[in-house]
Amino acid sequence: MAIIKLKRGYDLNLKGKVESNEVTDVKATLAAIVPDDFHGVVPRMDKKAGEHVVVGETLYHDKTHEEIKVTAPVSGTLKEVVRGERRKILAITIEPDGHNDSRTFDTKNTVKDLLLESGLWAMMRQRPYDVVPNPEARPRDIFVTAFDSAPLAPSLLTVLGDDVKYVARGVEALKTLTLGNVYIGCRPDETVEAPEAVIHTFVGPHPAGNAGIQAANVKPVNKGDTVWTLDIVTVARLGKLLATGKLDCTALVAVTGSEVKEPRLLRTVMGAAVGDLLADNLVESDKEQRIVSGNVLTGEHVTPDGFLRAPYRQITIIPEVAKRDEFMGWASLSHKKFSVHRTFLSWMCGKKERSLDAKMNGGERAIVMCGEYDRMLPMDIYGEFLIKAIIAFDIDKMEQLGIYEVAPEDFALAEFADTSKLELQYIVREGLDKMRAEME
Amino acid sequence: MKALRKFMDKLKPHFQEGGRLAKLQSVYDGMETFLFTPNTTSRSGVHVHDSNDLKRTMITVVVALMPCLLMAMLNTGHQHFLALGVAAGWGEKFLFGLLAMLPVIVVSYGVGLGIEFIAAQIHHKEIQEGFLVTGILIPLIVPINTPLWMTAVATAFAVIFAKEVFGGTGMNIFNVALVTRAFLFFAYPSEMSGDKAFIKVDSALGYGGSLPQNAIDAFSGPTPLGHVVTGDITHVPSLWDSFVGFIPGSPGETSMIAILIGAVILLFTGVASWRVMLSVFAGGAAMAALAHGCMSETYGASMLDVPTQLCLGGFAFAAVFMATDPVTGARTKTGQYIYGFLIGVIAILIRTYNSGYPEGAMLAVLLMNAFAPLIDHCVVQVNVKRRLRRARAAKNEVKV
Repeated sequence: MAIIKLKRGYDLNLKGKVESNEVTDVKATLAAIVPDDFHGVVPRMDKKAGEHVVVGETLYHDKTHEEIKVTAPVSGTLKEVVRGERRKILAITIEPDGHNDSRTFDTKNTVKDLLLESGLWAMMRQRPYDVVPNPEARPRDIFVTAFDSAPLAPSLLTVLGDDVKYVARGVEALKTLTLGNVYIGCRPDETVEAPEAVIHTFVGPHPAGNAGIQAANVKPVNKGDTVWTLDIVTVARLGKLLATGKLDCTALVAVTGSEVKEPRLLRTVMGAAVGDLLADNLVESDKEQRIVSGNVLTGEHVTPDGFLRAPYRQITIIPEVAKRDEFMGWASLSHKKFSVHRTFLSWMCGKKERSLDAKMNGGERAIVMCGEYDRMLPMDIYGEFLIKAIIAFDIDKMEQLGIYEVAPEDFALAEFADTSKLELQYIVREGLDKMRAEME
Repeated sequence: MKALRKFMDKLKPHFQEGGRLAKLQSVYDGMETFLFTPNTTSRSGVHVHDSNDLKRTMITVVVALMPCLLMAMLNTGHQHFLALGVAAGWGEKFLFGLLAMLPVIVVSYGVGLGIEFIAAQIHHKEIQEGFLVTGILIPLIVPINTPLWMTAVATAFAVIFAKEVFGGTGMNIFNVALVTRAFLFFAYPSEMSGDKAFIKVDSALGYGGSLPQNAIDAFSGPTPLGHVVTGDITHVPSLWDSFVGFIPGSPGETSMIAILIGAVILLFTGVASWRVMLSVFAGGAAMAALAHGCMSETYGASMLDVPTQLCLGGFAFAAVFMATDPVTGARTKTGQYIYGFLIGVIAILIRTYNSGYPEGAMLAVLLMNAFAPLIDHCVVQVNVKRRLRRARAAKNEVKV
C-alpha cells in the first residue's frame, strides 16, 4: 500500500456538515432517473408511462450500444417520461409502490453482461471523454475511489455501512474485465479490504477523491488507453448483486449546507425526490435558496420538485444571494468575503467554516492571472494551456496537453478559484464531446 | 446606498437597447458594476465562486503602486525646489508634486479609459479592468516634463495598437504602459531624455516658482544614469539616496523603498509572481557583477557596483511592476525563472554597453515580452514530450 501525497487543491470548509452518524429512513413518494446523469448514452425508451417496473428492470437502452441499459432504482409505476425541447428526455419518474421488489439476475452470467443488464454499467465512467464506458473497449485498468473529498460530502464508507463486506466480491468481479489492475484510492484512516485490488492511500485536499486525479497520480491515461473509473459504492452494489442476485439501489444521502436546519444522513433510494428528502429541514428564510443535487462544485442545480441525481450521495442547500446589491464589493476590507487568494482579508480567519452563496462575484474576463488552475489541479498537466487549446479547438494540442486524462470535475476547483470566472467545467465538457465526435 | 441603487435603477432603461442613451450602455454597465457587485449567480458548473475577481486583483496592484505614487509626488516637488534653489517644507514639496502629476494622471486615465469604453461598446462587452493599472503606471514612468499632448497621443497609441487590436485586456503581447513609454522615447527622443526631461523647473498649475526663461534654457539636470552613460560617475548618488529616492528620474522609479513596499504587497497577496521578481533581480545582479568584474572606462556603468546598479534607474520598478505583468510575461513556473533572469541580464547589458541608452529596463521587458510565448512553448513542450514518451513506453510494455 503506497501513500501518495497531493499538495495542490483546496478543502473548502463550508457550513452545514453532518455531525452525527445517525440515519433516518425516508420513503420517497416519487423517484426519477435523469438521462443527463449518464453522459454518452442516447436513450431509447423500453418502457411506457403507466407500466409497472421493479428494481433493476430496464427503463431505456443506448441508441448505438443497445446492451447498455439504464434500470429502475425502485419498484412502482412509471409515472411519466418528461420531455423537453426537441423531445429530449429530461427525466423518467416512477411512483414507488413501497414493496421494493427486485428483478432476480442470473449470477452465472458473465460479469460484463451482469453489469450491463443491471444498469450498474451506466454508473461507471471511462477515460478518455468521461462518458459511460464503451462495451467494445477493454479497460487497461479500473480505478475505484473509496472517498469523496468534495465539500460537505459524506464519507463513502459511512454511506456503505454494512455493505462494505461486498466490496471484495465486487473487486474480484471487476478484475476479470481488465488486463491490468483494479486500483482503489483510500484515505489513510478509511481503508477497505480487497485482496484483489491494488490499494493506494491519498493524503491531501480535494480533488484527491476524484478517481481521475488518483489515476493521474498512479498510472496516467495515455493516448489509446481506456480506463474505467467508479466509486466504491458501485463496487459494493456489484458485489451485492453477485452475492444475492438482486440489485440494491438504496442510498445513504447526506443533506448538508448552510441553509439546512439540521444536516443529517437519510436512507432512501437513488433518484428520490428532493422534496421528500428536505421535508421541513430547510432554514426559514425570505431569501431564495439554491438546492444542489450533489456537492457545490460539480452538483446539479435542481428545483424543489427535482430529484437526487444518480452519481451523488449528497444534497447541498446554499443561499442564492446572501446580500443583494453589495456596495463596492471589490473594495471590501471585510474578512467575511471568502477567497483562496490573499487579495481579500479572509486569510486572517484561517480555515473557518464559511457560508458561501451562489453569486459569481465578478464578470467573465480573459485569462489574466497565471498558475491559478495549476494550483488546484494535482495532475502533471498545464491546465491553462489545455483550456486555451480546447477553446481554440486545436485537436493536436488538446491531445498533446493531456485531454484524455481529464474530466470536467477535475477542473471544478479551478473554476471556483478562477479570477476570470470562466466556466471551465463546461469548456472541458464541450472539448471532450467534440473530441469524441471527431475521433469515434 | 438604497437611494443610489434606486437612482441607478431609474437610469437603467435609458441605457438599455432602444433607450435614448443606448450608445453609452458600456459606460453605464461599467459604473453599475463599479458601484454594486452584480447579483448574477452561477448558471453552470460550480455553484460557489471565490470573492476575488479581476477588479479586486487590479485594485490590489493600484494599492501596491500607491507608495511609489506618493514618493513620486514628493520627489517631483523636492527636485523642483532644489533646482530653483528655494527652501521648501515637505508639505509644499508634496503639494507641488501633486499638482505636477495630477494632470498627467487625468490625461492618462481619460484617454485610456475613453478608448476602453468605446471598444467595449463596439464589441458589446463588459469593460475590462486592465487599464486601471496601466493608467497609474503611465504617469509613473513618463518623465515629468513630457507635454501632456504627447502623453495623450502615446497612451492612445498604446491602448489601441498594443491592446485593443489584440483583443483587449488579457490578450496583449506587449506591456501597454511600456509601449506608451517606448512610443514617446522613439517618437520624441529629444523631449524624453537628456537634461531637461526629468526635473520640472516651471510652475505646476500656477504653484511653485519658475526659473526665468534663459535659466530654463541653461538648466541641466540629467539623471544619475544620464551622467554615467557619458562616463562620469562622480554624480552617482550615495546608495542611501538612491534607496530612499530623492534623485532625478522618472517619477515612480526613483525610490527603492516605495518599490519594495509595493513588492511586498504584490507578493503577499499573490498577485505578482515571486519567481519573476526574484529572477529579474538575480539576472540583473549577475550581469552587473560580470560587468563590474570586467570594468572599463569606456563603459561608465561598468564602474558601478552591483547594489548601485540595482538601485539606480528604472530597474527595480520594472522588476516589480512591469516584468510581473502576467499577461505579457511567461506563464509557466519554469518559464518565469528564465523570463525574469533574461530581463535582468538584458536590462543591465543595455545600460552598460550601449551608450545610446542610459537605461535598458524598458527595452529589456519589451524584448522579453516578445519572447515569453516562446519560452512557455518550450516549457510546455517538455511536458508534451514526457507524455509522448510515457505513451510510447506503455505501448512497448504491452507488446512485450
